[in-house]
Amino acid sequence: MAQVATPALAAGVTLPKGTKTLKDGSLRLPSGYWLRDDGTIGHARLKTRRERIVEDWQLYTFLILPVAFFLIFKYVPMLGNIIAFREYRLGDGYFGHGALSLKWFERFIQQDMFWTVFTNNLIIGLVSFAVCFPLPIVLALLLNEIKWSKFKRFVQTVSYMPHFLSVVVVVAIIWEMGTSTGIINTVIRFFNPDAVAVMSDPNAARPVYWISEIWQTTGWGTILYLAALTTIDDQLYEASRIDGAGRWRQTWHITLPGIRHTIVVLFTLNIGTFLAVGFEKLLLIIQNGTYLAQANVISTYVYQVGLASPSSYALGAAIGLFEAVIGLTLVLSVNALSRRLVGSSLW
Amino acid sequence: MTQLDNPTASTSATATAGAPGSRHDDTSPAKRGQNPTKIKDSRGQTIFLIVNVVILIGVVLATLIPFVNVIAKAFSSASAINAGRVTFWPVGFNLTTFQQIAGDPAFWGYYRNTVMYTVLGTLISLFMTATYAYAISKKELVGKSFFTGLAVFTMFFAGGLIPNYILIQKLGLMNTIWAVLLPSAIAVFNLLVMKSFFEGFPTELEEAARVDGLKTYGVFFRIVVPLSKAVLATMTLFYAVAYWNSWFPASLYLTKADNLRPVTIYLRNLMQSNFGNEAAAGQSPDMMVQINANIKSVAIILTMLPILCVYPFVQRYFVSGVMLGAVKS
Repeated sequence: MAQVATPALAAGVTLPKGTKTLKDGSLRLPSGYWLRDDGTIGHARLKTRRERIVEDWQLYTFLILPVAFFLIFKYVPMLGNIIAFREYRLGDGYFGHGALSLKWFERFIQQDMFWTVFTNNLIIGLVSFAVCFPLPIVLALLLNEIKWSKFKRFVQTVSYMPHFLSVVVVVAIIWEMGTSTGIINTVIRFFNPDAVAVMSDPNAARPVYWISEIWQTTGWGTILYLAALTTIDDQLYEASRIDGAGRWRQTWHITLPGIRHTIVVLFTLNIGTFLAVGFEKLLLIIQNGTYLAQANVISTYVYQVGLASPSSYALGAAIGLFEAVIGLTLVLSVNALSRRLVGSSLW
Repeated sequence: MTQLDNPTASTSATATAGAPGSRHDDTSPAKRGQNPTKIKDSRGQTIFLIVNVVILIGVVLATLIPFVNVIAKAFSSASAINAGRVTFWPVGFNLTTFQQIAGDPAFWGYYRNTVMYTVLGTLISLFMTATYAYAISKKELVGKSFFTGLAVFTMFFAGGLIPNYILIQKLGLMNTIWAVLLPSAIAVFNLLVMKSFFEGFPTELEEAARVDGLKTYGVFFRIVVPLSKAVLATMTLFYAVAYWNSWFPASLYLTKADNLRPVTIYLRNLMQSNFGNEAAAGQSPDMMVQINANIKSVAIILTMLPILCVYPFVQRYFVSGVMLGAVKS
């Protein structure tokens, strides 16, 4: 690289102070012009970072507020987790006080309650995933077979609707339907007159959550599959029909492979986050004390330990950090696994 | 045909020999008797279609029944509700509870707060998201991948409930509207949707504007924003729905600010057992019974009504937002 600049140097040119050698070997003069290795002078200015920032400073002002937002409201709380390793008393600074220790972690690991909510979390998360992941695929395949577009659009519009409701509204609707005089119990009592009201049955806690999740997510979840389905070439279906393939074979050999990529990506995205169950919904669901035993999960437990009185911020933060680290590990390992197994990953 | 195929088949491996042979065996009868197969095919198709339509109607009903039931309850009499006689149609039609809530200034205070959070929050979020997305969509931005990563990382790892709570305390934002508005100012998913939209924005337009002497502010607000109405509409809806539905930050941070709470908190409080009694306090016994019976249903309807009214008309914007986001991942 050094010999590149020789034409100019060999010609005995004294280079002004502040001249820099660039990556491609040419020389950049302080005036902003640059000297190519063949001795010609570049007309375009090759700007330094600072010059680029100064020249388009307005673009960089766009960064100020959002970066401040991310630092203050996202990154500072990440650092705030340090209290999980220390003590925090009211009146302490943001990062608590005392020496670093793992005592809060040791404490919750010894709690029976922690393992109860951990197990609840696993069961609720796994079943939610197992049910809520495939249903949109099935619904999308069924919708895809409908050629009468008005009917198709009607079904789509209706089935997307629950996605837009507040969890408060959803849980309030469940309560209204689940009371002893509600519609659900009217139906159940028709078959079994002695049945307990849904809201008074502790075993109903998880099914209530799962069914409400199905209700809210299935329709909305079809969007990406329906989009992928429209990209499948019609000629494939015609060719298979000539080959004598029936509807099932077409679905199996053309339709499903056609949306395979979408399925894999969404599978990877969702299984990595299966532990992150609907915190806000469960927090409302366990307001019904009957449901507390089976529907209490890690995140709602953090709320109880950390914020309901009497509260321990440090212990709550420790449990919360534990969950966040497990969540991150899951996402990363699922991603690595999918890259190795199916050759497609999210990043 | 079969005879022509055989020599080639015998030269190739046995596994492949079967395939072309059987394929032709399949097609030749089909070609000979096209009519029978077609009829058989269409009959199966008709049965499938009927089953499919029945299933989809089932999906529609399953989705609508909870709404219909709650609406029926909201207009029914207490005696019918408490006897469990209300299913899909109001029994003993009356509007007592509606009149009661509509005449309750406290309820409208909550409602006005929700509108305020929705409007203010959406404006803040939209401005922050659009400007940041525009900046990180520019190839020439120094530190582009750093600023993108800064946002994306927060999707995978978050500080958590307790540190967030203490932060709001330390910043002195407790019991102010900013505790609700600021922590959720940028949703990273929306940010990435906008970023991918801006990345696809034709650079020629911006360059032409720059030649005409506009700087970044001018380019962004006078050229890019007016031409991004579709994506901005989508983002507006995403944020507006999120703010309208939000309740948890309010319940967490507005513990002593009754006058700042949104309507979702009103509904949440109704769900806690004895709040209904409070709302009905001071009324005649009959009226108390009536209000207790369906005040939740009425509140549910009033809370979700604006969204359900707007939703059918703007649905396509939501769908397009999801698609734009999918392109990114």
